Amino acid sequence: MKAARRGKVVSYNKWGYIFLIPFVSVYLIFQFIPLASTIYNSFFENYRSGLTQIGPNFVGFENYKTIVVNGDLITYAQNTLIMWVMGFIPQIIVSLLLAAWFSNPSLRLKGQRFFKTVIYLPNLIMASAFAMLFFTLFADGGPVNSILMQMGILDQPYKFMSNVWSARTLVAFMNFLMWFGNTTILLMAGMMGIDTALFEAAEVDGATSTQAFFKITIPLLRPILVYVMITSLIGGLQMFDVPQILTNATGDPMRSTMTLIMYLNKHLYSKNYGLGGALSVVMFIVTAILSMIVYKFTNKKVD
Amino acid sequence: MKKKLLSAMLITAMTASLLAGCGGAKDETSADPGTAAQEQQQDAAAPEEEAPAQVEAAGAADEGKVLNIYCWNDEFKRRIQDHYPGYTADASDATKGTIGDVTVVWNITPNDDNAYQNNLDETLLKQADAAVDDKIDIFLVEADYALKYVDTEFTMPVADLGITDADLANQYQYTKDIVTDSNGVLKGVSWQGCPGAMFYSREAAKEVFGTDDPAEVQKYVADWDTFTETAATLKDAGYSIISSVNDSYRVYSNNVTSKWVEDGKINIDDNIMKWVEDSKALVDAGETSTYELWSDDWSKGFYPEGKVFSYFGPAWFINFSMAADAEGSIGNAGGWAATEGPQGFFWGGTWICAATGTDNASLIKDIMLQMTCNEEIMKEIVVADDDFVNNKPAMEGMAADPGYSSKILGGQNPLGMYCAGVEGLDLSNLSIYDQGCNEEFQNAMKNYFDGNTDLDGALDLFYKAVVEKYPDLTY
Repeated sequence: MKAARRGKVVSYNKWGYIFLIPFVSVYLIFQFIPLASTIYNSFFENYRSGLTQIGPNFVGFENYKTIVVNGDLITYAQNTLIMWVMGFIPQIIVSLLLAAWFSNPSLRLKGQRFFKTVIYLPNLIMASAFAMLFFTLFADGGPVNSILMQMGILDQPYKFMSNVWSARTLVAFMNFLMWFGNTTILLMAGMMGIDTALFEAAEVDGATSTQAFFKITIPLLRPILVYVMITSLIGGLQMFDVPQILTNATGDPMRSTMTLIMYLNKHLYSKNYGLGGALSVVMFIVTAILSMIVYKFTNKKVD
Repeated sequence: MKKKLLSAMLITAMTASLLAGCGGAKDETSADPGTAAQEQQQDAAAPEEEAPAQVEAAGAADEGKVLNIYCWNDEFKRRIQDHYPGYTADASDATKGTIGDVTVVWNITPNDDNAYQNNLDETLLKQADAAVDDKIDIFLVEADYALKYVDTEFTMPVADLGITDADLANQYQYTKDIVTDSNGVLKGVSWQGCPGAMFYSREAAKEVFGTDDPAEVQKYVADWDTFTETAATLKDAGYSIISSVNDSYRVYSNNVTSKWVEDGKINIDDNIMKWVEDSKALVDAGETSTYELWSDDWSKGFYPEGKVFSYFGPAWFINFSMAADAEGSIGNAGGWAATEGPQGFFWGGTWICAATGTDNASLIKDIMLQMTCNEEIMKEIVVADDDFVNNKPAMEGMAADPGYSSKILGGQNPLGMYCAGVEGLDLSNLSIYDQGCNEEFQNAMKNYFDGNTDLDGALDLFYKAVVEKYPDLTY
């Protein structure tokens, strides 16, 4: 009897491993092998000029040296971060406000479900379609310029795509529009997890709703806020489709809207796996560090 | 029992997903040896070794039943549909048609962001391993990057198809120069010639100069200095002389005396720097814009409200691009006229190339002969599509024919002007890097024109962008 039971335990363990196989194999094939081959490729000179293949020749850390020395990496990382910050600040403010309103039972907002759906909708549009729409709206002879001119605000059409800050603002604004709904829902989930007894106690003690928000909601929401910020930062580092379509892949004006991934994409014209690989590895390291920070924070919550 | 059934189902589901994963993996891993094989081929450069023999052995009867044509828009398709004898379009599927019992498959990938060439490159590199019906049979190239394909083994010499020099005797020499590889072998043919002209709005000319006669208007744009002066006059009347600085780019860049790349170093010709100088002056004076070609803003001038005086373009431009089909456009009302402009130039042109390894050699031969050597068909194209065809006697005949006139050009016969222009074309300064250089130069200079950087900054940006595209170049 005893022996039989032990046998059963062993066989359950075996099933555990068997059920893990699909994930592990998919991970190995679609994640790990590409990752390893990217790292491997980054040590080679390997590109195509026209239809002529050059390389692969082993060059050691030459590719890393190139991308660091020519300074492009820093410039494009800056562009990416600036546009991310410009989008993230309004995003987090609006999301906090909306989440606080939605999760506040005393407000008794009508049509909550409707509005929750509506604010999430921009996220469902394909980013490239969204960028195309803005490209047409804000073109030199587009509807926005003609409205502004007819209202007498402008005499000349304003060249949105030819000015550094207007172009960056457009990119940031689009990212904000696309993501604030998503953030709102995340923050709302966090706020609903806060014990309502705390708010009631504060109310009894005579705290205003502003005080309750800053002294109760924000501190208790911290882990979720950090999570939202880091995931948004990782997503922001990979910003690509919106500026790519909006600027027709040029990153104009003067490449001030060129993000890291757009730069990576530039190397695909010549199938430059070496430089592209090196760039990807650098980004992988940055992202890994950020992910580790999230991991640390989310684990802290448990304590 | 139920539990067992459930677990059995779970296991089935799991194995199914596992196998699905494997399927994907197989594709991925099999792609690797594929690319390795391609590289080897490229080194050996011999994917066509057995192909010519195959072609000779294959009679028309036992040739492939699928003709794959790779192109970037429907221009060639429309030409074939309207003028090639025996072509029937498939009413239900726009990407297919038939010639006799051969199915024609149109593989149209737009040019944007180099998508056409990327697609063509990948498919050509896999050509040797592809199934017979998947191999590319015909692909089209443009002058800007013709050499990239022509100077490789992936393109078949037209002589191997059985087309002789005598067949091509009436074609303009420059159309052959572009598709002749470094060993002097001709590898493509074209049905069109693309000498350019300046198309101006008759109404605007009457309003500003008091005449719309091409000979008179030519005096106002005879060279770049008078062109610039005229730009100021037009501005006072509310017109832009050209829609965008990019309109005149080709006119300058076709009159260069050196190549974009000399000995692996990027080289900017003096005439191109003159474009920068002249264009900056025009933009600063508010006499034109920096719109990208083909953008909505740029094409507003096809309509009278756009207030654009002229566009530079070749023959296909008026028919294919100037919204002549649209009600209310200048072209629809026959409101354009053509004149030589400050300098002669050409723009584009489409060449038909046969891909090495094709199994439809005799059909390709017939298409090439019918579309590019048959005088009757070529005359039809001129009349129906306002195109300038690649046939000297036909064009010279029609240039002298008072019965021929272009509706879009308000009854003008522009062919004489094209005929004169085509003789002067000098294409000795083409290189395989032209497309990337031309695009990046215009992109970079837009920043200078818009005042976002100085000239040196824009040049640096240009060099940087070109080296990204062609890492083997230096500056």
